[in-house]
Amino acid sequence: MQTSTIDLDATIPALNEAEQKRERRERKLTILAPLLVLVVALTAWELFVRINKIPPYILPGPILVVQTLWNSWPSLATSLMFTAKLTLSALALAVIGGVGLGTLFALSRIVEVSLFPYAVVLQVTPIIAVAPLILIYVDSTMAALLICAWIVAFFPILSSTVIGLRSADHNLRDLFTLYEASAWQRFALLLMPSALPYFMSGLKVAGGLALIGAVVAEFVAGAAGKETGLASRIFEASFRSEIPLMFAALLLVSMCGIVIFIVTSWISHKVLGHWHESELKRER
Amino acid sequence: MIISSDLATAGSASATPTPSPLVQLVKVNKRYSNGTVALRDLSLSVNRGQFVSLLGPSGCGKSTALRMMAGLLSLSSGDIAWPDSAGAAAKRDISFVFQEPTLMPWARVFDNVYLPLRIAGISRERAAADVNDALALVGLSKFADVFPRELSGGMKMRVSIARAMVTRPRLLLMDEPFAALDEMTRAKLNDDVLRLWRERDLTIVFVTHNVWEAVYLSNRVVVMAARPGRVVDDIAIEAPYPRSADFRTSASYAAQCERVSRSLQNTLGHADIDH
Repeated sequence: MQTSTIDLDATIPALNEAEQKRERRERKLTILAPLLVLVVALTAWELFVRINKIPPYILPGPILVVQTLWNSWPSLATSLMFTAKLTLSALALAVIGGVGLGTLFALSRIVEVSLFPYAVVLQVTPIIAVAPLILIYVDSTMAALLICAWIVAFFPILSSTVIGLRSADHNLRDLFTLYEASAWQRFALLLMPSALPYFMSGLKVAGGLALIGAVVAEFVAGAAGKETGLASRIFEASFRSEIPLMFAALLLVSMCGIVIFIVTSWISHKVLGHWHESELKRER
Repeated sequence: MIISSDLATAGSASATPTPSPLVQLVKVNKRYSNGTVALRDLSLSVNRGQFVSLLGPSGCGKSTALRMMAGLLSLSSGDIAWPDSAGAAAKRDISFVFQEPTLMPWARVFDNVYLPLRIAGISRERAAADVNDALALVGLSKFADVFPRELSGGMKMRVSIARAMVTRPRLLLMDEPFAALDEMTRAKLNDDVLRLWRERDLTIVFVTHNVWEAVYLSNRVVVMAARPGRVVDDIAIEAPYPRSADFRTSASYAAQCERVSRSLQNTLGHADIDH
């Protein structure tokens, strides 16, 4: 009665030669094409600045930006560390708070009904409008910044966790009922794995938002205190019309965001790669 | 609990060994909160060792009745009795196979089949023999380590059946399990279910809307009608087991299918078909 549609025989290659070639070309293309665009854009920018003899305090060329980055690296690096630390701490707290509260919401109707409206209020109020108040009432600047970044990153994790925990297949739920699973077994063996794909997409969104929250909060806080992040450096440089430094700091903020995106995508792929549709590659 | 003695003896007029009822639905009613009456005064007694098909158009409450037996749905009124087992204990002897394979996509085939034993608190090591046994039963021993997405629809259904068998149930409830499969796969799985039923001394209640499937599998076909859901006919299928492809092509099979078909046609009523 063996009706195997999958063959465990590994001697037959999964892809024929032409497909392998196409696969390799495809992979090269996804790396080379954006790279080419970047090189073209940067060259055009540099040429534009040089040919038109635009002064660096109006628009610096990319070469000057990189030079500035190199020269100011020691001080920019501390700012980068500050922003990265702030963003990652906010994200970590958002994960803890979002998953914790999301779990409570999913398990207890009363908790959800009583708290959800306030979670929404937290989400829809623009952080830039609330940040000054938070900075007034919270003594430690670091804590205030952290709260601002946390508020922004928290909601996507909360809502994705709640939706995820509710998304478990109905028949599977019935199966757990039939076998008289305990509440904990139901949670650990069914609800949590079902919620993972949703949580992962929430995490990707929250990663980017945590950075935005950190930067916005710092802008509002202004360049106060000894320790300052990238946003304060941009602020500060704009006062002094050090446009190349602004670009250099901006470049680091973008890099920060890109790294967060790559890392969260990688985690998502590691966790879901072997089973979830969103991370599976379809064979042709 | 009502354990009615007349009900138990009602159907056993001529059968040689006195059939002992495993489960009895007594005047069961189900009315959903939106007002739909899913079942009206359904009484049905399933004997130990029977292969009963519940056959009917959609909305006749056949799945509702099945879910009630599994304890997945509450009764509006009436009673479900398990004559010779103390209610709660009887539940552990039930397995359910859904219309979809209902596998956990994140778990390998082995872990999917292991699930009922895992919930029962049996360690992976102690369960391994039973899990492998269940997989062998459906011919999937080689596939213990793959993920469900790597399997065809028929194979997923086999995993689902293996999971149902791993607890060695007495009663297997199947809710249109093969409705989504192609004809060839369905025929094959029908034979597999019949084999399991005989080898494992199972009692099976099988919900289907397919006349040919019901007649091929069952020794009793209960025909139900919709709006409200009720039993309209109870037909014994006369053919010895094991049944095989020969039975499918026999005149007796054709005749019995026709008889069941006609009964099913009657349930549809003129209003439903014509206009």
